[in-house]
Amino acid sequence: MTQPVSPPRDSTDKVPSTGQLPAWRTTVARADVRTLSLLGVLAALIVVGGITKPDEFLDTRNLQLVLTQGSVIGVVTVGMTFVIMSGGIDLSVGAIVALASVWATTVATQEYGFAGILFTAVLVGVGCGLVNGLLIAYGGMVPFIATLAMLASARGLALQITDGATQIVTIDSVLDLGERDAYILGIPPLVLVFAVVTIIGWLILNRTTFGRRTVAVGGNAEAARLAGIDVRRQRLYLYLLSGLCCGIAAFLLIILSGSGQNTNGNLYELDAIAAAIIGGTLLSGGRGTIVGSVLGVLIFTTITNIFALNNLQSDVQQIAKGAIIVAAVLVQRRTASTT
Amino acid sequence: MAPEPPLLSMSGITKSFPGVRALDGVDLDVQAGEVHCLLGQNGAGKSTLIKVLAGAHQPDDGTISWRGEPVTLRSPIVAMRLGIATIYQELDLVEHLSVAENVHLGHEPTAAGFVVRGKAAKASTAALLKRLGHPEVEPGRLVGELSAAQQQIVSMARALSHDVRLIVMDEPSAALDPEEVDNLFRIVGDLTADGVAVVYISHRLEEIRRIGDRVTVLKDGRAVAGGLPAKSTPTREVVALMTGRNVEYVFPERPATPRDADVAPVLEVQGLAREGEFAPVDLTVRPGEIVGLAGLVGSGRSEILETIYGARKPTAGQVIVGGSVLRPGSVRAAVRAGLGLAPEERKAQALLMLESVTRNVSVSSMSRFARGGWIDRGAELGAARAATRELSLRPDNPSVPVRTLSGGNQQKAVLARWLLRGCRVLLLDEPTRGVDVGARAELYAVIRRLADEGLAVLLVSSEVPEVLGLADRVLVLREGQVVHTAPARELDEHRVLDLVMEGAPVASASSAVDSPAAGGRGPAS
Ligand SMILES: Nc1ncnc2c1ncn2[C@@H]1O[C@H](COP(=O)(O)OP(=O)(O)OP(=O)(O)O)[C@@H](O)[C@H]1O
Ligand SMILES: [Mg+2]
Repeated sequence: MTQPVSPPRDSTDKVPSTGQLPAWRTTVARADVRTLSLLGVLAALIVVGGITKPDEFLDTRNLQLVLTQGSVIGVVTVGMTFVIMSGGIDLSVGAIVALASVWATTVATQEYGFAGILFTAVLVGVGCGLVNGLLIAYGGMVPFIATLAMLASARGLALQITDGATQIVTIDSVLDLGERDAYILGIPPLVLVFAVVTIIGWLILNRTTFGRRTVAVGGNAEAARLAGIDVRRQRLYLYLLSGLCCGIAAFLLIILSGSGQNTNGNLYELDAIAAAIIGGTLLSGGRGTIVGSVLGVLIFTTITNIFALNNLQSDVQQIAKGAIIVAAVLVQRRTASTT
Repeated sequence: MAPEPPLLSMSGITKSFPGVRALDGVDLDVQAGEVHCLLGQNGAGKSTLIKVLAGAHQPDDGTISWRGEPVTLRSPIVAMRLGIATIYQELDLVEHLSVAENVHLGHEPTAAGFVVRGKAAKASTAALLKRLGHPEVEPGRLVGELSAAQQQIVSMARALSHDVRLIVMDEPSAALDPEEVDNLFRIVGDLTADGVAVVYISHRLEEIRRIGDRVTVLKDGRAVAGGLPAKSTPTREVVALMTGRNVEYVFPERPATPRDADVAPVLEVQGLAREGEFAPVDLTVRPGEIVGLAGLVGSGRSEILETIYGARKPTAGQVIVGGSVLRPGSVRAAVRAGLGLAPEERKAQALLMLESVTRNVSVSSMSRFARGGWIDRGAELGAARAATRELSLRPDNPSVPVRTLSGGNQQKAVLARWLLRGCRVLLLDEPTRGVDVGARAELYAVIRRLADEGLAVLLVSSEVPEVLGLADRVLVLREGQVVHTAPARELDEHRVLDLVMEGAPVASASSAVDSPAAGGRGPAS
């Protein structure tokens, strides 16, 4: 073997319709069909937005806003994708974002400036992930239950810290990053963070032993154990990773809103799970892609934006999101069975 | 006389999967009341053909007639309504449902549209199980709690709960011990006496001689011979048809010079026990030695292997590898010390069904292809390819998903995993289950060669000839106790079966080292 098989994953590549494809080529083609269909949905949404509100929607400012808003939930979704791929679930992500955002914006924390806020947000996220991971991996709790308990207690703690008040950030260096015309390397800071997290997530999942182990644990935990993988430690790391992503997301949210609130991150768990599933992640574990999840996030945020521009209420938004989840899963089932 | 139309006649059946033509114009005729055997190497298309017959796959081309009438088997339900029942190679029972619920799955007895729970279903299930010679299986038990052989019986009961005229069995004997196989053959005899036809798939040629009437041989998706007489066609001819060459179905030679008795054992098991599963076991395996565990299904063989491997926690005793004691109940410790296990249930315990062959093979050696966690995929693929080629795994492309491989080739993928890992002690639980004649001979040669290179092998097999032919030393187990230990040369099949079934426990007779002589054993057929 001289040539490592690393097919181009260019999703704009036309799927060739020549008769006998080598097996790896058909696998790639199938993955591309999924990605292409998600891109198709996104394109259709952009067309809808462009037709209904041509001036406002296609404005660069607006598109930048869509990406910026998608960044917070996007970072959470990357972590969630790993957890779901391993056959688990993390219902506590929204609550962790809330707790991290208020803990990082207390008066005491703000005395340590920019670094204090960032450090606290990340540490609280990782800490909550650690508790989840220990309970699930070593305490033998079902992920659904353990993270449900974390959801309740983290929200409760967040309320206790703030007493329901909004904690305003007074650090200029933090607030500056949230300005409309703040750019790093020509990219809005939040979007840059999202992109970096996505790329790192993709690399970890596809190119490292950590990613392989995640997929193996999700595909067949008993086989993974008998193959010599430390399944429990892997599970612990996965919830830590999800917590870390929540901490980063909390920091992004602080930048975006210039404050910390105990109601932050409301229903993020549902949006993140939905985005991952739309992106093709198998809820039972063992299969999924980062690219798919990110496209799922972009589809969701674009819908929200279009609806808001057209003055539609959030109840209509919720109904539309539900319909999209069903449609996406149905389409994927078809493409999976016919190719 | 005007010949009656055959019960079933399939002709020109063609079926392709992406990249493979699994069936290429296959013909099959089955008469009422006959046992028609399907033979062929791993991946020849046997399972695919019977899935077409069961309505689980739609053929691309070809016609099927049933009692002279052309039919289209659009779905499994259509096939079932005609009276075609199938027992698949990979059992398809629902573990969390009871025996009775599994038997009646899909056609639950109903009253006014509601499923009638309990009595009626249980009573009819009990009657079926009794007819199948297993009255001890309780209809109310969960299927997940049953042994492999009992699950097989439940599948059979499910098939018979319909009004069947043709019953297809895909390698039903693979998980059964000799006594169970006798029971299976009695059932087959009863069925055919009632005019039911049986299509029987097995890799054990001696079974086909015992119960078969006619044989159809598949090779690479084509029927190379149809309707041969099962009893009178010479084995050599059948094997030549299957493999396209003459396979010497002989076990590899044992080394001419005996292994040195002073070589320190690499694996030492001292008083290892698990309450309720097996009594304290002592055994040692030296580098280069193959030790076989013979015993009935349920005698604790797999449990012993899994406990040595750390997958189950012992209640007493210890495992010593290369002089150091392993942490009990830790697979990680065992793997790090150089143990490898090819488990009995490859689908549930070994394979990542959604993943490629490469990833299945490399999963235990990932760190070898990784620098600081980053995987060198070229090196990984190359190594996986080398390991699978060594076992002649088909297709010769490790990038395909493992779930598309035939049963025997999936087994080879599991062995390739440990071949790649290069361990010191290999624990093999039924390594040739579902593996065809030609590949078996290759596997035996590979196992012997690995041993000659210094690997210690502990082998479990339900096939007594395999244990006797391959192992240097044999431990006979009965109900969780070692009842006899002897060099393989000093035992024969009858002796082992006697010991396994009724022999009283004997204090380890002679665990003496093999003396010279003793080459390969004869064919198992
Ligand atoms: N779902 C599938 N997708 C792609 N290829 C498949 C699929 N099912 C079977 N095949 C291929 O079809 C061929 C025939 O497989 P089949 O399972 O019928 O073999 P078999 O004769 O039953 O072998 P064995 O004795 O090992 O059970 C093999 O090359 C296999 O890889
Ligand atoms: Mg088969």
